[in-house]
Amino acid sequence: MLENKYQVLVGPEGYLPPAAASRGIALPDKGQALVEGEIVSEQEAMSKIAEKILQAKNPFFFPGPLLLWDWKEGVAEKAKAVKALADLAGTRIIPMPDYRPKYPMINPAIEINPNHPNLTIWHNKIDLCVFIGVHCHYANVALKIIRGGTDCYTIALCGEAGHEDAMISLRDVGLEQLERLAEAVGRLKGAASA
Amino acid sequence: MIEQKVVTPEQLFFEAEREEQFITGSEAVREAIKRANVDMAISYPITPQSESMHLVGDIFAEGYIKEYFRGENEFAVMSAVSGAAMAGIRVFTATGGPGTLRAFEMFPAWSGARLPIVCAFMTRGINSPLTIQPDTLEMAYLLDTGILMLHAENAQDLHDMLLKAFVIAEKPEVHLPVGVFADGFFVTHTRDKVNIAPVDMKLPAYDPGCSPVPAMDMETVPVRQMRDPFVMKSNFISYAAHASWQQEVLAAGERARKHIDSLLGGLIETENEDADILIVASGTAVAQSREAIDLAKSEGLRVGLVKVKSLRPFPSEEIRKLAANAKAVIVPEFNRVGWLAREVMSSVEDTTKVVGAPRVFGGMTMPPQLIVDEIRRCSHE
Repeated sequence: MLENKYQVLVGPEGYLPPAAASRGIALPDKGQALVEGEIVSEQEAMSKIAEKILQAKNPFFFPGPLLLWDWKEGVAEKAKAVKALADLAGTRIIPMPDYRPKYPMINPAIEINPNHPNLTIWHNKIDLCVFIGVHCHYANVALKIIRGGTDCYTIALCGEAGHEDAMISLRDVGLEQLERLAEAVGRLKGAASA
Repeated sequence: MIEQKVVTPEQLFFEAEREEQFITGSEAVREAIKRANVDMAISYPITPQSESMHLVGDIFAEGYIKEYFRGENEFAVMSAVSGAAMAGIRVFTATGGPGTLRAFEMFPAWSGARLPIVCAFMTRGINSPLTIQPDTLEMAYLLDTGILMLHAENAQDLHDMLLKAFVIAEKPEVHLPVGVFADGFFVTHTRDKVNIAPVDMKLPAYDPGCSPVPAMDMETVPVRQMRDPFVMKSNFISYAAHASWQQEVLAAGERARKHIDSLLGGLIETENEDADILIVASGTAVAQSREAIDLAKSEGLRVGLVKVKSLRPFPSEEIRKLAANAKAVIVPEFNRVGWLAREVMSSVEDTTKVVGAPRVFGGMTMPPQLIVDEIRRCSHE
């Protein structure tokens, strides 16, 4: 086989980028994370996320239905932590309230849809986005489309096993991980302003 | 009904003391489903599968399953189980042969909708003139539907693979249907020693809250998350979304590899893997190959065996590496098209090594001597 090792890098990658899992990128085990296709420690990935968010010109959080609805114990606290993290990092928020395609088209200024996420990214000139609370299947569908057609850097904070199709992905993200991520952002901001 | 306690999959599969029973493959299905904490089973009879779902009906009557009914036909059954799975419950069914083909539209629909349905396929001939006898041709058609495919050599495999299939299917990053295939009659209707965990144990319940797509029971928030098709419009982004969706289904299958490794001990099992002549087989062709290898040994011929347990995902890399040092790779099959030989040829670097023989079909048995003939021929070349 003459295939090179695949890397999950910022796009635009082209007409139809592959699923990273089909090119040999494996999901991390517990306590680990993915950075651009490489397995790293969770802490290292958190530092990288903080660095990327603070370097970005126009970063956004894209919270999905699993975070937007108070559907099980702990979600409301998690949502508050995400809002606090976004405020701390100076990122704005555009929700992905559901997954239905909207015709003739969504209003890209106020929402994002997994079937055409590039419209919202182009419209708002977003150079970094953080997925959280998006059902895994829809997140992966969207992450590939973003990689294919935009130059937006993608981060996925997943409550389950993580996302190979994001440039950085944490797994098993709960309140504790969000608080540690906020600490990493706070540390880096403090260092930068010192 | 014996009261059951929920245990971890690891306890049920690896730690519980097992009892040996001398039972048919169909009875092994019953014993697996009894311990699988299944919410609903839906049946439709077709030989040689009928007995399995009949026995599953018996354990519904005993209280091991919450709901059980007979569908109108196989297409209706496969549609009904998809509705049940979409609503967020654990569901089981079985079919085989012409039943598989009658229901065929639903299999890519299951995987496309990320439904963790477990279905036992008891394979039989599908082509006219009618036969009810074993033949694995239907598996060729299922290879590209997006469902995961495990192939049982015997009743023990059938029992273990079924139980483990629920765990693999329901992993959030996989969340795909799993077909567990057994060669009809050879496995379903013959008795074999099967080691089984105690009946007072069962798997944990399915948690639809971890699904990669929302369950559609209209009560679990966020409700109204219908999976509207985006192909209703003719534009590039609709096509791109559909393409990305299909890629994600295949990616989910790739993610199953590590769970098959940990639960089934790998996608393949090997014996004498450094031998010059390798046999690559799945299902009952493995059992026949074991006999042939013993016969060859008595003639002084050393032959290796690669038992393929998982067909989707396919162990391409494992087979490529094993075949690299072999002089010949013999692929015996119970069908006329040789779908496994095609899969093996797509994996190895030197396809001229692959011998797609012997093949028997239409219900014929495969005498081990046929495989030995191929071994002799390869050893003389």
